Amino acid sequence: MSNAVSVLNGASFTGLAEVKDAGLVGMITLRGDLASKSLAKAVKECTGCAIPGIRKVTQADGTTVVWMSPDELLIVTAYQDVDAKVDALSTALTGAHALVVNVSDARAMFTVSGSGAREVLAKVAPVDFAADQFVPGGFRRTRLAQVAGAFWLDTDACFNIVCFRSVGQYVFDLLTTSADANAEVGVY
Amino acid sequence: MLILECPYCGVHAEETELQAGGEAHLKRFGPGSSDEDFHDYLFMRENPKGVHFERWRHVNGCGKWFHAARCTVTLEVFGTYTAQTGTPPQALLDEISTKRPGWTWREFTDASAPHAGAEDAS
Repeated sequence: MSNAVSVLNGASFTGLAEVKDAGLVGMITLRGDLASKSLAKAVKECTGCAIPGIRKVTQADGTTVVWMSPDELLIVTAYQDVDAKVDALSTALTGAHALVVNVSDARAMFTVSGSGAREVLAKVAPVDFAADQFVPGGFRRTRLAQVAGAFWLDTDACFNIVCFRSVGQYVFDLLTTSADANAEVGVY
Repeated sequence: MLILECPYCGVHAEETELQAGGEAHLKRFGPGSSDEDFHDYLFMRENPKGVHFERWRHVNGCGKWFHAARCTVTLEVFGTYTAQTGTPPQALLDEISTKRPGWTWREFTDASAPHAGAEDAS
């Protein structure tokens, strides 16, 4: 078995904000009826998290459950725990109209933290990052310049960015350009 | 800039997050239909000066299709609503009738107008 590495193998950059490849992160796509009790129970037992509200995330014990669309969740957890969690969820959802897939190696994850984090992201995504608009626990699926991306804000003022692995280099280059120390706008 | 509210995720999405999906509420005529119905289904589209109904997809977002009603003259957006319907919601139709008295679009018209749908007969 080859040695799994994340898209940029832990690259980091410090400018207006600190941009980091988050390393190997486990991600599970779960599609199904988010209003169903059996799905909520399965997610609760597997992750410890409740089903998040629209454009929100819920977190417990290092696992994050992200609202992706009216019928889709993304479960972000430790890379080595993914297979066990996929099995547990699939078993719990037997008979239900639901889909559980390990997408860890199809995605890349970056973190943007520091005082300039909101500004760095505001330059590349059509989203209002005002502190009273984009609050911790908030999530948004949108575009990062020319590619699809999604991000949520942790309670510790750290943005977690998820994108397809195939565009990982592009997103990292984009964020580092946006975070260039000489590119401050000073809006937020 | 065009800004539509996605009825599924509540985002006020600007047009770079959206993908236009053409005219709304087309009725499909498939196998077994007459050539004329099939032709009209494939090729005939409204090109109104005024109220128009369209399909849009929140492509750089939740990925869902939805409907939007807007004015092609002023670009005013009357409202958006989910894709799981064959007709626009009555509240939206009433709002359009208030703002554009006498409007007509395909089989939908200002119900309060005295000669609603009269233009269709010509």
